[in-house]
Amino acid sequence: MHMEKLHIRPLKRRHITDYTVKVISTVGALVGLFFLTWILYEVTLRGLMALNWAFFTELPSPPGVTGGGVANAILGTVIITILAAIMGTPLGILAGVFLAEFGKGSKFSSLVRFMTNILIGVPSIIVGVFVYTLIVAPMKSFSGLAGAVSLAIIMLPVIVRTTEDMLNMVPNSLRESGLALGVSRWQVTLQIVFKAARSGMLTGILLAVARVSGETAPLLFTAMNSSYWLTSLNEPTANLTVTIFNYAMSPYADWQAKAWGASLLIMAAVLALNIFARLVTRKKVT
Amino acid sequence: MNAITQKIPGDSRISSRIHVPDSGMIPSGGAAGVMIKVKNLNFYYGKEQVLFDNNLDIKKNHITAIIGPSGCGKSTHIRTYNRIHELYRDQHATGEIIMGGRNIISAAVDPVDLRRRVGMIFQKPSPFPMSVFDNVAYGLKINYKLKKGELAYRVEQALQRAALWEEVKDKLNEPGSALSGGQQQRLCIARSIAIEPEVLLMDEPASAIDPIATAKIEELMLELKSKYTIVIVTHAMQQAARVSDYTAFFYRGVIVEYGDTKQVFTNPKEKRTEDYITGRFG
Amino acid sequence: MVNPRKNRRYQHNKGDLFFKGLALLCAASVPLLMAGILAQLISSSSLSLKEFGFGFLTSQEWNPVTEVFGALSSTFGTIVSTLIAMIIAVPLGLVIAVFLVELAPPKISAFFGGAVELLAAIPSIIYGMWGLFIFAPIMADHVQPFLDKYFGFLPLFQGAKMGIGMLTAGLILALMILPYISSVSRDVFNMVPTVVKEAAYGQGATTWEVTRAVVLRYSLRGIVGAAFLGLGRALGETMAVTFVIGNSHRISASLFASSNSIASTLANEFTEAVEPLYLSSLVELGLVLFLITVGFQSMAQVWLWSIRKKLAD
Repeated sequence: MHMEKLHIRPLKRRHITDYTVKVISTVGALVGLFFLTWILYEVTLRGLMALNWAFFTELPSPPGVTGGGVANAILGTVIITILAAIMGTPLGILAGVFLAEFGKGSKFSSLVRFMTNILIGVPSIIVGVFVYTLIVAPMKSFSGLAGAVSLAIIMLPVIVRTTEDMLNMVPNSLRESGLALGVSRWQVTLQIVFKAARSGMLTGILLAVARVSGETAPLLFTAMNSSYWLTSLNEPTANLTVTIFNYAMSPYADWQAKAWGASLLIMAAVLALNIFARLVTRKKVT
Repeated sequence: MNAITQKIPGDSRISSRIHVPDSGMIPSGGAAGVMIKVKNLNFYYGKEQVLFDNNLDIKKNHITAIIGPSGCGKSTHIRTYNRIHELYRDQHATGEIIMGGRNIISAAVDPVDLRRRVGMIFQKPSPFPMSVFDNVAYGLKINYKLKKGELAYRVEQALQRAALWEEVKDKLNEPGSALSGGQQQRLCIARSIAIEPEVLLMDEPASAIDPIATAKIEELMLELKSKYTIVIVTHAMQQAARVSDYTAFFYRGVIVEYGDTKQVFTNPKEKRTEDYITGRFG
Repeated sequence: MVNPRKNRRYQHNKGDLFFKGLALLCAASVPLLMAGILAQLISSSSLSLKEFGFGFLTSQEWNPVTEVFGALSSTFGTIVSTLIAMIIAVPLGLVIAVFLVELAPPKISAFFGGAVELLAAIPSIIYGMWGLFIFAPIMADHVQPFLDKYFGFLPLFQGAKMGIGMLTAGLILALMILPYISSVSRDVFNMVPTVVKEAAYGQGATTWEVTRAVVLRYSLRGIVGAAFLGLGRALGETMAVTFVIGNSHRISASLFASSNSIASTLANEFTEAVEPLYLSSLVELGLVLFLITVGFQSMAQVWLWSIRKKLAD
């Protein structure tokens, strides 16, 4: 056999295909961006129209009556989220510490790691059902506490994973030098390793808080909702997301407007937390 | 550390240890035709200029080595020959690179067509995520219309010319990444020569592989130069001395000296060249 | 080399033992929680399990008045709405990732990339609000009549044009997982070694040829992993779906028809269910969803794990 002369493929056709794909890709990106900006735009516009002083300071008005606010729900969301963070964070961090510092290569830690990833993917509404059967049904009452437990469960695996990732980035030499000074293991972890991984861990926690603060499904049948100020964590507790759901599904225009206001508020809070969380790590890098 | 890639220690007597082969490898400069003529090439990363008025004639069917301390712009220089730098928006070149009578860095020349004619071997072996056969066939398939039998024949020919055929003929369907580092680099050479380029650019092709594989690649280069014009960037001066016919010494983006390899290594005209090859700096 | 993480010499003092034990307990909480969820869902759905047995999965009936319950219509809705979302979001997400990595100038890419990540963080209830109040009317007035006019011969696009329904739910779900899929795909694309891409360009390939032969091939497994995770998200998504799916326990050939998903049924009916059997059936519905998502997540994890193992080799 001999080499035949090579026939060059027409470049023009290849360039046309290439160009077509580039156009499709750019259009696709623009379509995606268009829809997502549209969502942001509508929420901002309609939300701003609903915001006023009463919105932030007053209790909800009765169905069909114009006016009032969602002050109790704002407070409720803040309290439930903080409570969830208080429960979920230490648990998650310590579990992450175990995986990163003590659990290298053991079967148990592989199991924990696997389950952590699965738990991240469990639908939040299932967590709500679980907490309902675990806390609400036996106590015979919806409660802010049950809501906080649901959110803590959702936060937990996220924090475990980021903690482990961040601790793994701390060089072993740092641990060695600490131990070489005769410092005990737990002190090395808490005082040296944590310090090195601090900003990354903080970012992880903030992102987890941001994620749960916008959750609705796990609160529907745990914290449920309420038209009153919070007096005890053992009773139904007003919160923004369930309020959005109830108001949006109601036939009253004023409630629907308030649902937009609450949507804007929760979206702004979540985005602000996200941006802040990212700034924390960026500062560390530079 | 191996002998081939080892930096030369700071000792002026060392220069005599660099062996420049004599036997017919260095042709008389005037006789060779010019393949690529570089005129006033300037290069910028954003606003920072890194190449300054480079002028160079790359001779046809010879091996030209580009040497110099790291960061001197040697890779940047040859990356303009196939305009691979254009993948990065902040990089741009001005001046002329004449090949076949045309300025290849002008917008009128299609970079896709140019890269078919100017092949490139990179520092790190870079097999595509496909089989050994497809690695070589890929460039052929996208650039040429070929019958199936012809494709297989050309793949085999390319692998043979890259001195790899015997080692991989039973592994054609295995992923390219399954080969050893040295084999992967020869696969990359086979891949490049399969599409019948006129010029082969080699950007430190032996820096990531072991000495035996390096020796094989150097041997291969000497065989390939009858068919191709080769430009090799290297930081290993012995390598430049062993394989090249011409040597250009780059320093801080400027071509300090360019000439016969033997002359550059044994009787450099410039003080800076002498300092570099005798290991006083770099 | 001494690996201090494995060196047991340092763990003899009491503080260390206590610390390690505490960390171990916390780590154990994760598998315990998973086991707890499973056990609790099973025990709380025992009434329904006993009453309906396996028939629960295959029955379309959902009648709180006569207290006959079956999971088929909800499961069907969950799967169909997820399918619609995946069919749209996966290709579009990939296309966006190609744009971000291969086409856009670095500054635009960084801006877009950051925006995409933020959008992935927007709570799903926001998508639900937008879907119900803004998108559903547009569906009813423009999109559904258009589909009916040109594709009305297909049973998929027949029936009343109410705006809400299976198709709208699938589309909202697609929008919701789109930022997620594009940002994960972008990360995967960015992991393709630059030198291999340069080598492909060096062979005289166009951008599309490089993308197809090198980038997509390199990323294939990562993309499948991302799609699996996106799938898991879509399956369990509650709020984005509940607002717009119409909430009716029916299996219809038409995508315009109101239907429901497991998550939307739970969101709508859980607090109203007073009868023990009704509540128990809802919990069993939750159990079905739990098992489906855990199944998919496990497959995704095993898949991703096998990639990492392959990369490590």
